[in-house]
Parts: sequence; C-alpha cells; structure tokens
Amino acid sequence: MAPNQTTVLDARAFDRTLKRMADEILEHNDGTDGLVVVGIQRRGVQLASRIGAEIREREGVDVPRGALDITLYRDDLQTIGPRPVVGATDLPWELDGRRVVIVDDVLYTGRTVRAALDELADFGRPARIALAVLVDRGGRELPIHADVVGKRVDVAPDQRVDVLVEELDGRDAVVVVAKGEEAK
Amino acid sequence: MTPTPSSALGKDLLALEPLSGDQIRLVLDTAEPFKEISERAIKKVPTLRGSTVVNLFFEASTRTRISFEFAEKRLSADTVNVAASGSSVSKGETLVDTARNLEAMRIDMVVVRHGSSGAARFLAERIESNVINAGDGTHEHPTQGLLDLLTLRDHFKRLDGLKVCLCGDVLHSRVARSNIWGLKKMGAEVAVCGPRSLLPNAIDELGVEVFDRIEQAIEWADALNVLRLQLERMTSGYIPSLREYNRVFGVTRERLERAPRDVLILHPGPMNRGVEIDSDVADGPHSVILHQVTNGVAIRMAVLYLLAGGRPELAEAAKRGGER
Repeated sequence: MAPNQTTVLDARAFDRTLKRMADEILEHNDGTDGLVVVGIQRRGVQLASRIGAEIREREGVDVPRGALDITLYRDDLQTIGPRPVVGATDLPWELDGRRVVIVDDVLYTGRTVRAALDELADFGRPARIALAVLVDRGGRELPIHADVVGKRVDVAPDQRVDVLVEELDGRDAVVVVAKGEEAK
Repeated sequence: MTPTPSSALGKDLLALEPLSGDQIRLVLDTAEPFKEISERAIKKVPTLRGSTVVNLFFEASTRTRISFEFAEKRLSADTVNVAASGSSVSKGETLVDTARNLEAMRIDMVVVRHGSSGAARFLAERIESNVINAGDGTHEHPTQGLLDLLTLRDHFKRLDGLKVCLCGDVLHSRVARSNIWGLKKMGAEVAVCGPRSLLPNAIDELGVEVFDRIEQAIEWADALNVLRLQLERMTSGYIPSLREYNRVFGVTRERLERAPRDVLILHPGPMNRGVEIDSDVADGPHSVILHQVTNGVAIRMAVLYLLAGGRPELAEAAKRGGER
C-alpha cells in the first residue's frame, strides 16, 4: 500500500454503506414502483448493480438497471481532447414517467452529473431523477447535490478519492490518495 | 503507443499505412459505443457541438458522403457539402484555394474525396483543419478499410490469423490498399485474386499471397472482400468482356458451395451485380454487405471524435482543475 493513502471505507464498511444507500433509495422513492437504477461508467455501474441486488433482497423485485457513459456529453472535449476509451451506454428501458436514480462513485465538481442529466434527457422524460453517490467529496462547480450519500469526505484539492470495486479492482474500498498516485 | 494530448491519431487521417496496430485497434474500440447511438430514438450526442465539418467531394459518391454526413450530424457537428460540379472548382479553382477559402470561413475539419492519389495529404500539409481522406485516387480509403476491419472483427471476434482475400480489380482499388495495410497490421493473412491485368505489378512487395483462380481463393479464405470492377477508370482493355470476367472471376453461389467452410462476403459497394458478384451471393446468408454500411457510420463517428478538439495548451490547465 502506498504511504500517502488513507482508507475511508474498508470492505465491510463499504458493504454496510451500500445496504444503507439501497434502503434510502427505497425510502426516497417510496418503494420500487417505476424505479430504474442507472450507473455511470465505470464504477457507478458496479455500484448500481450491487444496490440493485440489495433491493432485490429486501423487496423481492428486480429493478431495471442501466449503464450510462457520459464521455460524449462532456464539456471539455475542446480542452482535454478525446478520452481514449468510451464505454457502453446501455439503457434498454423506456424512461418516460419512470423514477430514475443515477448512481456514481464520487461526487466532486458535478460536471459528470450535469452530463448524465443531458444524456438521460435524450432517452426520455423521467418523472423524477435522483442522484445517489457512494462518496461526496465537496468541491462543486455546478448547483448539483446528491439525494443519497454513502459517505461525506473532506479532501484537499491536491488529493483524490478512489473507489475500488471487487469486480474491477479485486477488492472493495474507498481510499484517499495524493493526486498522481495509484490506489491499489 | 503514447497518445498526444491533441489526438491519438495525429492531426489527420490520410491512410492506414502509417498507423500502428494500436492506433487501428483504438479506432475500432472507439467505434463500438458509437454503434449504439444510431440505434437510439434520438440519434444524436452533443460531442462536436459548434464544430464545422466540410465534406469536399471532387468525385461522385453516395454511400461515403452520406455516411460521413450522418456521422457528423449524429455528433452534432455543423456540416457543409461541397461538390466539384456546381462550385468554383468547375471554374478552375485549385484544391488548395478552395480549401483555404473554406478555412477563412473558420471550419474545423475537411473530409476530402479526390480523383488524384495523394490529394488528401497535399491538402493536409497546407491547411490547419483536420483532414480525413474519404478516398484519393487509387491510393487509400482509410475509413472504408477500418469499417471492413470492424465488420470482420464483429463476425469472427478476432482479426489475428484471419484469412482475407481481396478479389477482382485490385489495381484501381484504394479500398484494397487500405484493407491490405489494415489487415496486415492487425495480424491477418491477406491474399489477392484477380486477372493479372488488374493486379498492381509490385503486388508481391506488399507481402500478400496471389491467387490466379477464384476457386483457390475461395478454398483458402475465411472472408472475401469482393472489389468493384471500376469500369470508369478503365481506359483500355483490361478484361475481354464483363461476361467473360464473371465467368472466370465472378463470386457465385456454385463456387462458394464447393468451399470447405462458410466464407464471409464483403463488398465496399456500389456493386456490379452479375459481374464481380452474383445477386444470390450479395443477398445470401453469408453476406455482411449491409452490416458494413451500418458500421461505416460508427467508424466515421469514431474517427471524427478521435481527431476532434484537444488543445494541448489548455489541456494541462484543465487537468489541474480536477477530473470529476
């Protein structure tokens, strides 16, 4: 483990947090009626899938899940240039009148969520869109807030919050690292 | 591969010959998510909003021009089509003057098709806009090569070790050249088959197998890319007659039925039915000709996206500002 790395959530806390988020989503939505859970590529997709599984355990209902890649809706193509990897958007559900919950790993500037809202609008007109994030690290540049937050973390601007998920990284954890370092 | 901040492909896409296998793979991988956009009810993403793309076509084209135009529009770019007839070109304006005048109106990209080999490079070296070669003479047609690669990869799930034969008029075919370069860089085995009068003299130097009989090609290949007999470029007797050509080199159902395995059939279009390809092959179960056309839009979206934007001097500042 790198020296300048602080673990904010370990695997057990990570699991507890997701369970609580699933509860809060159900509470916020008043059940599973019309609910669609949409994860933002990449790690939001795995988190959405876990939350979906938790909801199934509680309510016995398979809520529709989707994936959203917002790369093509970013506002920084003219500055940063194209991202080398564009992920898949997979939204096979009718969104008109549904209650969509966007799931992402870290909420920071809010620009990703802004892009996700734009993209969702191209797929239909949901009755309501809510936002659930595992970590809110502050530092918003847009008037966007999360409805369900797993963990609030105060992080200096020269630090980065990394969410690791079993499916992609081999373990579940939330760690704070100095920018330019790799969380492993 | 170390992608530059401006573009992983460089300023222009002129040919597949100078690209690395990694760069080609990047375009193919980038095209994958773009396929989905064309399946949406609202077939549009805002990626190139505010960019202006000029389609500068000095040669007739339906498929390629429309495919580029769809790709541009589905990425929200503004597009202008300039055809040689009906423009100042018909008054004798040169290629570069036309492009410089367009550039003076502040454009971002030029998609160019021209009858002279090397025209795209000539233009790219003289203007600041990104240039995409949509076919230059008998040189290359890189986006067609890429969409053929994508179609083959969709079907076989790999390109490495795949046996692909380009059949027919290789001499006049920029599609053949782009395919040969692209396929070889991706590890495929490449052959050509056609009358010697329609094969380039130095074909052996490209490192491809040569078959004189279409039956041999069919026996060898996993896929045939059947090239259009470019009658408009044939000034003198390359072949005795179309009927004779079909009899000896035509890809027919009878010939394919004798093959040891199913052979996938590609054709870059437009087809001369009954000449290089028979209708029951073109419309048959192993034809992916329309799949090629669908993939063409995704490939062109990927190329436009990868060439777009990215001002390195702003990129560093933006990166410091934060990633999320």
